[in-house]
Amino acid sequence: MAKVLRILGAALVAVAGLAGSARAQGRADTLLVVTELGPNSMDIHGVGTNRPAYQASWNLYDRLMTYGVKTLPNGSQMYDYTVLKPELAESWQVGADAITFRLRPDARFHDGTPVTARDVKWSFDRAVTVGGFPTFQMKAGSLEKPDQFEIVNDQTFRVRLLRKDKLTMPDLAVPVPIIINSELAKKHATSSDPWAMEWLKNNVAGGGAYRLEAWRPGQETIYARFDEWKSGPLPKIKRVLVREVPSSGNRRALLERGDADISFDLPPKDFAELAKAGKLTVISHPVENAFAYVGMNVKNPPFASLKVRQAVAAIIPYEKIFATAVYGRGVLLQGNPIASLTFGHEMLPAPFKTDLARAKTLMAEAGFPGGFETTLSFDQGFATINEPMAVLVQESLAQIGIRATIEKIPGANWRNMLLKKEMPIFLNAFGGWLNYPEYFFFWNFHGQNAVFNTSSYQNPEMDKLIDAARFETDKARYAELVRGFTKLMVSDVPRVPIYQPFLDIAMQKNVKGYQYWFHRQLDYRQLSKE
Amino acid sequence: MTFAKLAGRRLALALPGLVGVVVVTFLLNRALPGDPAAFFAGPAATPQAIAEIRIKLGLDRSLPQQFILYVRDLARGDLGKSLTTGQSVRADLLARLPASLELTLCSLALALAVALPLGILAATRPGSWVDHAARVVTTAGVSLPIFFTGLLLVYVFYYLLGWAPAPLGRLDAFTSPPPPVIGFYLVDSALAGDGVAFRASLHQLVLPAVTLGLFAMAPIARMTRAAMLGVLASDFVRTARAAGLAPRTVLFTYALRNALLPVVTLLGMVFSFLLGANVLVEKVFAWPGVGSYALEALIASDYAPVQGFVLTMASLYVLLNLAIDILYGLIDARVRIEG
Amino acid sequence: MSRRLRQVRYVVGENPVTLAAFSLFLAIVVLALAGPWIAPFDPLLSDTSRALQPPSRRHWFGTDQIGRDVLSRILVATRLDLAIALSAVAISFGLGSLAGACAGFFGGWTDRIVTRVTDTIMAFPLFVLAMAIVAALGNTLANIVIATAIINLPFYARMARAEANVRREMGFVEAARLAGNGQVGVLARHVFPNCLPPMMVQASLNLGWAILNAASLSFIGLGVRPPTPEWGIMVADGAAFIVSGEWWIALFPGLALMLAVFCFNLLGDGLRDLIDPRRRT
Repeated sequence: MAKVLRILGAALVAVAGLAGSARAQGRADTLLVVTELGPNSMDIHGVGTNRPAYQASWNLYDRLMTYGVKTLPNGSQMYDYTVLKPELAESWQVGADAITFRLRPDARFHDGTPVTARDVKWSFDRAVTVGGFPTFQMKAGSLEKPDQFEIVNDQTFRVRLLRKDKLTMPDLAVPVPIIINSELAKKHATSSDPWAMEWLKNNVAGGGAYRLEAWRPGQETIYARFDEWKSGPLPKIKRVLVREVPSSGNRRALLERGDADISFDLPPKDFAELAKAGKLTVISHPVENAFAYVGMNVKNPPFASLKVRQAVAAIIPYEKIFATAVYGRGVLLQGNPIASLTFGHEMLPAPFKTDLARAKTLMAEAGFPGGFETTLSFDQGFATINEPMAVLVQESLAQIGIRATIEKIPGANWRNMLLKKEMPIFLNAFGGWLNYPEYFFFWNFHGQNAVFNTSSYQNPEMDKLIDAARFETDKARYAELVRGFTKLMVSDVPRVPIYQPFLDIAMQKNVKGYQYWFHRQLDYRQLSKE
Repeated sequence: MTFAKLAGRRLALALPGLVGVVVVTFLLNRALPGDPAAFFAGPAATPQAIAEIRIKLGLDRSLPQQFILYVRDLARGDLGKSLTTGQSVRADLLARLPASLELTLCSLALALAVALPLGILAATRPGSWVDHAARVVTTAGVSLPIFFTGLLLVYVFYYLLGWAPAPLGRLDAFTSPPPPVIGFYLVDSALAGDGVAFRASLHQLVLPAVTLGLFAMAPIARMTRAAMLGVLASDFVRTARAAGLAPRTVLFTYALRNALLPVVTLLGMVFSFLLGANVLVEKVFAWPGVGSYALEALIASDYAPVQGFVLTMASLYVLLNLAIDILYGLIDARVRIEG
Repeated sequence: MSRRLRQVRYVVGENPVTLAAFSLFLAIVVLALAGPWIAPFDPLLSDTSRALQPPSRRHWFGTDQIGRDVLSRILVATRLDLAIALSAVAISFGLGSLAGACAGFFGGWTDRIVTRVTDTIMAFPLFVLAMAIVAALGNTLANIVIATAIINLPFYARMARAEANVRREMGFVEAARLAGNGQVGVLARHVFPNCLPPMMVQASLNLGWAILNAASLSFIGLGVRPPTPEWGIMVADGAAFIVSGEWWIALFPGLALMLAVFCFNLLGDGLRDLIDPRRRT
């Protein structure tokens, strides 16, 4: 007995003795970011690169230009999509059929070699040749062929335009067109791998504001400031540590106890509570050009019937979902006049509201008075919001006779399911990098049937409006076209928009300088710690 | 029967098990849902792009063909490449295995340190309240889902009390790892004389080791108790007592040594069980081991790491059992002679 | 029969812990049967205006994130969890003991095949195999049960094999054979029934393990589908709410789970004392 107590006592003392963490020096000029997932590649042009890799790329590599910054009425800062600022290019001239960039003469890569137009051409050629997402993204700005890119001299680079596209310039400042140290990369290229895809996956040949100090995939990524960076004001933070902590509860605990500096991906409930508690700084931005929705397949019955879709739009419990699944972290798109942050332009509020009687009538008119059976699918990777949302939608659908079984699709399979376009009804969200409504509609509703056209929506009328809007320069006519295709979406209701999500971020009170970016990743270059 | 012959015999017996493991792992992996080609083709992929990637990944070949390729690669020690980390699976596993092993061994040590005395205590006072209490306590430890225990411990000891360090992995954010020797931070930092790293890694080990260890306590305590009871009732112990030997001597020098044999056999099973439970603990404590590696790969339908992980765990288990069999043979002469 | 009863009473009486476990088991069975009727609220009905309420007089165990009553969900989940545990164990017990008994009794190729299969299954860390099977086949209830059954099979197979092996040479088997019974008849009528009692102990322990397995699968996203109430998935979902202070969502299902597993484990001990006093530990 005594022995037992002695053992237990010793154990307790040992545990208590280990208490009190050793806070090493260097805390003041290091930023500790905790995140759910880290990058799976250092090469944004690679196959299957995930979103956290965009953050790495953004900070480790330069691009020709970047966006300016604007301050919102509430004091927070975000990128200004109407202002392009010099980054690697110190100036440029927009001509009738070409844009000429002057590169900074003192720009260097991390290994000290000077940045020349040769590097820019090699990098751009790579972006439009490797295929997949990067090439698609370049194409969105009419950047399609290597022969568009010309070296005028060491410091001058020219882009020939295939057509007049207002998205060309903005597209040059998105994460994809990075400037790679071509000499260094070519040293590791082979005949079967001319673009050094293998080597650049794990190594960085960049000239961005930060160098890669260490990368342990699945654990952490460490960035160290590149003190010779010339493409902008030198960042204040010398070292950034990004640690992967899979459990969201632990991330919140770390922030609340002051053991971590910043975190993005917490459940909306946690952000709502942290914002209220006031011990941390919580900054929220509606994600531009984005909304979460209930999508329906318009090709196959029963959702091919317009009345059925309208019935669904009339039964979704909008406020309930917004309050319970999203905790108000967003902008409810139902009945609200949309602020100018959405779509960059004013959008018609979705006129849907919950009306059980009307929904039932519509179902009867559609020929389904007794309802039918179906499956409601969602991406398991976003289960925190999707699951309660799905349960609420399922309950509501049951009220008009639609008996839906819930199908949780694991993340890897979700892309595949979207591509197959057979899911009858599902939850999804889309956000576009370039803040133009026709950009959103092009990906989501155009007959070219991209993977994001999840409803398989085909309407030549819609295509005409979208195509015209893409190249329309007259402001009044453009606004009319935008109203036109938005109205069409509302009347055909291939999907029911529910809310525009917030991008929430929580940080210690002494972390300053955060700016919201369209790519929803952290730009370390603007941050500082007091 | 010589030691070498014994080892050889046991290894030969273990081989068919390994073959079975290879086949089953392959089949299970291919049955995993999700099309990795679609996943890696990226967000804006067209069906052609996906088909191209499928060919690049070698997924367009028939099943038997894929199996032959798989076995051939295996024979060369090539476990394939992870599509999520971009590294070779073997490199990934080698880098992450020490983390899992260190955690598992520490928790096993912890469990032994608590469960052995508990079992002995219960055996020397059978039927008393100590006996019942020991049984209740150890059984309670094994009755909660392991992830729940982990989360509760984090909540109480880190969040509420601040005694435990932040669940950030093997080291806190500002301590650098010791120069790698075998990958066990405790050993490596001790060898390098790095006190800071040693204390930091010990600190981070406490909670996850306790979580895992709680699970191992019950079977060990149970088996110790049962074995001790059996041995204490045996003839030779009675003789020793009758001969007037001190109770302590009887207990430790004679009884315990014999009682430990079945416990040693049990350790193999417990170790294997802990290897499996590792997956859950690593997720809760952000531990960069093979369990979390495989879990992330599973979610991404990344075949190779899952295959490599299962194969590695199973092989480890087979080898461990082999080691225990041999150990047993060394301890117990009867086994050697009959062997 | 009454001798058996007296023996039961003796064993149970001598060991208060076993008595407690027995009563708890009965309580669980009763709840499983009566659950849906005694639950105060509909376990699937959400009431978002009452979401995340702490335990109160109206909701004894509080409400979860979409306003469902936690107590009702726990009560109704009893049936599902018990069903999962019982079916998984029944399958592995049935198949395993049969295969093992045949292997031990007939020897030869049967023995070799059965041993190979069980060795292969046993080579995988248990949870990893369950994870892989459910991921491969899909996370339906049936697959979770099948996966749990498969990983537990080897225990029964080995035990049955050992028992059958021992009894093969025993006198009563000889006698049965001499009396004219065929091999299969001897196996079915004499050897097999005698193998069963020791395995009942293992079965009871496995009941607890089956429930924990389902809970762990839920934690990594491979558990039952929403909105089905099941203890494990309630704990897994509620885990995210611990840090923000809504402890009741995870704690109560966790306690229910712990009590049930606890009960099964202690029951196993009690059964062992009952069945084979020599092996009493």
